[in-house]
Amino acid sequence: MSSIAQKKGFGATIWDFMTTVDHKKIAILYLISGGIFFLIGGLEAMLIRVQLAKAGNDFLSAGTYNEIITMHGTTMIFLAAMPILLAFMNAIMPLQIGARDVAFPFLNSLGFWLFFFGGIFLNLSWFMGGAPDAGWTNYASLALASEGKGIDFYSLGLTISGFGTLIAGINFLVTIINMRAPGMTYMRMPLFTWTTFVASALILLAFPPLTVGLFFMVFDRMFDANFFAVEMGGNTIIWEHLFWIFGHPEVYILILPAFGIFSEIFAIFSRKRLFGYTALVFATILIGFYGFMVWAHHMFTVGLGPTANAVFALATMIIAVPTGIKIFNWLLTIWGGNISFSVPMIYAVAFIPSFVAGGVTGVMQAIAPLDYQLHDSYFIVAHFHYVIVGGVVLAILAGTHLYWPKMFGTMLSEKLGKWTFWFFFIGFHLTFFIQHFLGLMGMPRRVYTFGADQGWDLFNAISSVGALFMAIGVIILLVNVVLTSIKNERVGNDPWGDGRTLEWAIASPPPFYNFAQTPLVRGLDSVWIEKMDGNKKGMIFAEPLGDIHMPNGSIIPFVISLGMFIASFGALYFLDGDKPWALAVLIIGLGITFGSMLLRSLKDDLGFHITKAELLEDAKGGNTDGH
Amino acid sequence: MDINQKYTPQSWPEHPETATMEGKNKFIGFWLLLAAETVTFASLFATYLALKDKGPSGMEFSAAGLYELPLVFAMTMILLTSSLTSVYAMYHMKNHNFKAMQAWLGITVLLGATFLGLEIYEFNHYVHLGFGYTNSAFSSAFYTLVGTHGAHVLFGLSWFIALMLRNAKRGLNMYNAPKFYLASLYWHFIDVVWVFIFTVVYLMGVIG
Repeated sequence: MSSIAQKKGFGATIWDFMTTVDHKKIAILYLISGGIFFLIGGLEAMLIRVQLAKAGNDFLSAGTYNEIITMHGTTMIFLAAMPILLAFMNAIMPLQIGARDVAFPFLNSLGFWLFFFGGIFLNLSWFMGGAPDAGWTNYASLALASEGKGIDFYSLGLTISGFGTLIAGINFLVTIINMRAPGMTYMRMPLFTWTTFVASALILLAFPPLTVGLFFMVFDRMFDANFFAVEMGGNTIIWEHLFWIFGHPEVYILILPAFGIFSEIFAIFSRKRLFGYTALVFATILIGFYGFMVWAHHMFTVGLGPTANAVFALATMIIAVPTGIKIFNWLLTIWGGNISFSVPMIYAVAFIPSFVAGGVTGVMQAIAPLDYQLHDSYFIVAHFHYVIVGGVVLAILAGTHLYWPKMFGTMLSEKLGKWTFWFFFIGFHLTFFIQHFLGLMGMPRRVYTFGADQGWDLFNAISSVGALFMAIGVIILLVNVVLTSIKNERVGNDPWGDGRTLEWAIASPPPFYNFAQTPLVRGLDSVWIEKMDGNKKGMIFAEPLGDIHMPNGSIIPFVISLGMFIASFGALYFLDGDKPWALAVLIIGLGITFGSMLLRSLKDDLGFHITKAELLEDAKGGNTDGH
Repeated sequence: MDINQKYTPQSWPEHPETATMEGKNKFIGFWLLLAAETVTFASLFATYLALKDKGPSGMEFSAAGLYELPLVFAMTMILLTSSLTSVYAMYHMKNHNFKAMQAWLGITVLLGATFLGLEIYEFNHYVHLGFGYTNSAFSSAFYTLVGTHGAHVLFGLSWFIALMLRNAKRGLNMYNAPKFYLASLYWHFIDVVWVFIFTVVYLMGVIG
């Protein structure tokens, strides 16, 4: 990346990123934009904790508080956690299977830009008449009653970014099915590739119900449809079902790649083969499978009846089994290993007890009668933050340290990394552990304040202090990133020294065509096998050096997404009645989108070739740009 | 892949749609997209069934009294036939007979357009009866389910037409063969969805 940046001007670099179809650059785009949304979501979290720091606080009004909790949840799930994980999937998975790129480089770019414009659109609601305020679950009975345009921003924004995520999911599935290097059988795939595979399958099957639900919401609010309008025969429970048929697999879409990152870390930093690789793979598949059969445990108190509740309660408890299998396999991977406590490993070790705590409270809530007591209390808030922060966010932070050298060619400071870890880890438990007790004491979720006579002051104050610790941890990480980039000390192929999988057999960052020759995979942990065999060249290759076919960059994905972005504003103001220009904006936007799709379809795009001579020159050290 | 390479029926591969890496990727990717489409329609069907005949008190329309089966039966036959003609088109595509493929695709497009015309007539007819989109939960669910299918038909027709016009002069090659194949796969999917709509919406609707 940096060698390109040095050669080109700023504008040319921007243009390069806008038109790129290279999975490694798209990964950087995902990481930067996901990171920015993570900071925005974190800022919203801080505002929540400031408001709740003392009884009867008037820092935020009740309405603003509703907007902030809604945007905090929506931003963190859709615009921060998932895109950052997609960044790692994009950066690492194609390297792990020895692929030249993903199966559809053009669609990869389209997926990113759709997510990006959807996220921007959603966040513009702050400046254009108010953010959505019906919670991140956007239950229809609340959402339909919500005034202003916040809910419409939510529906349209998430529809656009959801298309982007769906495209990414299909792309990764095809990549893993079709583009594996010779010898890379399914049961030799690294765990991160496996979890990417299963998470992508979940994306494929979980996002359409959400899209359908969002369309119903749009139609109800804008075109007077009656899906959720009870007086017209509608039914708001349909939204809840559609949302959670998406929503529960969504938490596995987040946690499975996190499991994958930790699996890699445990093996690398224990200098051992993963214990029970096969069991870990099957546990991943089982979790993905069961993930679709438990959505109604979010709806125990809706009144679906004892039979439905019992079935969903049992299915939910069953998921604890494959998850438990994973935990024990990780522990047994560490057992007897030659452990090095680098920053990623510290996160991984801290993840186990944190996530288990979240899992245990999850099983508690799976008991339907008990859930009637816990429902809508801070116990739930504590639970899902333990699995999402204790699982996903710790994995994101660990993955950032682990894969930073592969993505940018420099090592983040270990010392600052440890400071980040301790602030974040202590802050996390300080914030959320005590919320279990607040919940048991009766404090409800989503209520903007509490009374001084309710006895929740001290625990809330402690929780807010914890949030401050987490914020300090994140700021140290940002400082770390800046200092590392300024120092710019380049690293080699395998900066951790104990890399086991294919991504550590290639330069950091890799050349834009990835492996000059496709590697031959001789077993699980292929790079480790070559190391143990004393292979000086790093890998055995499956083909002689020859011309490489590469896809052309294109601005079309950006334009397609921009068209959707413009059309959304038209849809937003369409039925106000007093804005005749809205229809024109809607049509122009859709015209741009479909016009550029047609252009893409009709114009041949055959890509270009890198010749053998160029590759040989590249190998001597020099040009990594190639244009 | 050389786009200018000329093929004869003898040198043309048996499965041109998956003969290149791009073709293989598109083939798998498109089947996966159809999986996502299946879930989309499953959600729409479930919603329709939940909201069937539901409306404000005193609602005038119910499924049993509204649907007109003869028209819908004719639409069904036309769409099913168009699926058959698209199979003929793909048969000729695999035999590298470009003109015959174009001709059968042309017939497919005509049948599809007829279907779409009849669907628009049907909707227009219902609206004139007073069964509008905003009347009841039932009407919203009906128009959304069947209309989403209609939008898919429209997209499929546009796709066929764009491919036929774009490649009219240059014939079949390894670059566009997967495109023709996928468009026809999409057309079959639309057809299968309609079979379910005919059964679940219309037949079960008339039974009551």
